Amino acid sequence: MAKFQNNKPGGHTIRDVQEGLRKKEFSAEEIFSHYQKKIDKENKKLNAYLSTMDYGLWTMDYGKPLAAVPCAVKDNILIDGTVCTAGSNILKNYVAAYDATAIKKLKSAGVQFLGKTNLDEFAMGTTTENSAFGPSKNPLDTSRISGGSSGGSAAAVAADLAVFALGSDTGGSIRYPAAMCGVVGLKPTYGRVSRHGLIAMASSFDQIGPLTKTVEDAALVLNEICGHDNLDSTTSKNNVPDFTENLSKDIKGLRVGVPKEFFREGLSAEVAEKVRSTISKLENIGCKIKEITLPNFEYALAAYYVLVPSEASANLARFDGVRYGYSSKAETLLDAYLESRSEGFGPEPKRRIMIGTYSLSAGYYDAYYTKAQKARALIKNDFDEAFNPSADGGVDIIVGPTTPTTAFKIGEKSSDPLALYLEDIYTVPVNLAGLPGVSIPCGFGKESGLLVGFQMIGKSFDEETLLRAAYNLEQNLELRT
Amino acid sequence: MLTNKEVQHIAQLARIKLTEKEEEKFKNELSSILDYIKKLNELNTEDVKPLYQTTGIINALRPDEHRRDFETDENLNEKLVGQAPHTQNRFVKVKSVLSKSQITNTKSQTNSNG
Repeated sequence: MAKFQNNKPGGHTIRDVQEGLRKKEFSAEEIFSHYQKKIDKENKKLNAYLSTMDYGLWTMDYGKPLAAVPCAVKDNILIDGTVCTAGSNILKNYVAAYDATAIKKLKSAGVQFLGKTNLDEFAMGTTTENSAFGPSKNPLDTSRISGGSSGGSAAAVAADLAVFALGSDTGGSIRYPAAMCGVVGLKPTYGRVSRHGLIAMASSFDQIGPLTKTVEDAALVLNEICGHDNLDSTTSKNNVPDFTENLSKDIKGLRVGVPKEFFREGLSAEVAEKVRSTISKLENIGCKIKEITLPNFEYALAAYYVLVPSEASANLARFDGVRYGYSSKAETLLDAYLESRSEGFGPEPKRRIMIGTYSLSAGYYDAYYTKAQKARALIKNDFDEAFNPSADGGVDIIVGPTTPTTAFKIGEKSSDPLALYLEDIYTVPVNLAGLPGVSIPCGFGKESGLLVGFQMIGKSFDEETLLRAAYNLEQNLELRT
Repeated sequence: MLTNKEVQHIAQLARIKLTEKEEEKFKNELSSILDYIKKLNELNTEDVKPLYQTTGIINALRPDEHRRDFETDENLNEKLVGQAPHTQNRFVKVKSVLSKSQITNTKSQTNSNG
């Protein structure tokens, strides 16, 4: 156990756990209790975990691919028999009746669950300030946001309170907090990972993915959680490769697109500078850098904030105080609906439900909802054109910043919902087009001294190339010791 | 800018009860969000087909067999129905949808319509 008592800089990876088990340096129970103790001691200052779990009895065989690896799970993903709050008072006492498919798959891969992590209420937000249970703090500087909505997961991984974590990403909710806390965050292609057992926000956008310390770990987790699922009819039957197999192959000649629209107003100087120098590194290791254009980029956020609230307003209609969750004591059925929902939901779900309800209501449907779906088609088409191999200059991946700034102070922007929506500007287009995207830390900002996230976007169902590029870049950044 | 009446109407459709203070707050916030969204009107979307999902999958059907979840987990009914705030035996108990006076009205209407 010597190894786990030492605080390894950057924390332990999946590979560390696998190697330690193989060399019999520690047992599954010993690693688990190491992390349990660490959480007991350090969670109070970070508020990364909302609840913790006991050691599960399914690891048994150390030959399983992720045997004994301690993992944190965003609290909108169901684990049978444990409370799942979605960061909301309306589900404060809700106990999951089954495992999400991703959880079922991780259990059969031998993973151990440490607990459930904090999030913005129903995954709506970019700071975790919308959580009914208070914000998670950034381990790099606890006065700053962890990012959101998977902020608890990102903080847990960054502080080594878990080896890896699961998050969900609707418009950046994995990549944004990964960038804020300086970890790797992967949003797989829409349809790659089953959403069964993920509490739905916007069903045509949501996707589960890993937050990890290394790109290799992200590939190892994706290997286990992806694949077709009969319980989610939007999952793809596409072949699933071993995402680790070609990671270390070089990326000489890889065509990398840099959208010029990413470097306009709103991007802070320190992030722009770091992203530019990271692009030079890609060039140094043999990539061909090309400036590209995504002509409809500036409309992505507006389309997103019609479509996601619309889908959310329908998905959150189920919280009616009748089936489960918080229920008011009202006399009549209508009052019970009205009061359960107004007492149970916080301000952000209310805001989004009302925006969605308005966009879908009689007389506004075509002007808002249909219009936004058409904008979505145009934005997806921009990516298709950029990736089109037959077009002149078709690229293999697209890169840029994950976020406009580094982590800001808790409370700094919380009074202006629209200002917070603008934080998602670089991540949202990827979800509109259903593409895979990864954020990796690429260095420290000159002004803030905080880590900057570098976003890489792949072709649909080509996580293999995306992760290979991210791995090669990571090896050349030398951030980890 | 949305009017108070419009905000009340949206809230009613969404089954959310607002206090007067909330109504004012949401009126301002929703208006500024909707103003931002109006940006979409700059886009020419003539001849563009709306995109509802990105997978291209159409009609993913399962075999026409019943799921055996309740057989493999005999506690599932209790785990699901047991979450409801009001239950009776193995059923979710719901407040009456129509009040007595509404039922009487409906009856008399049906009668008069012959």
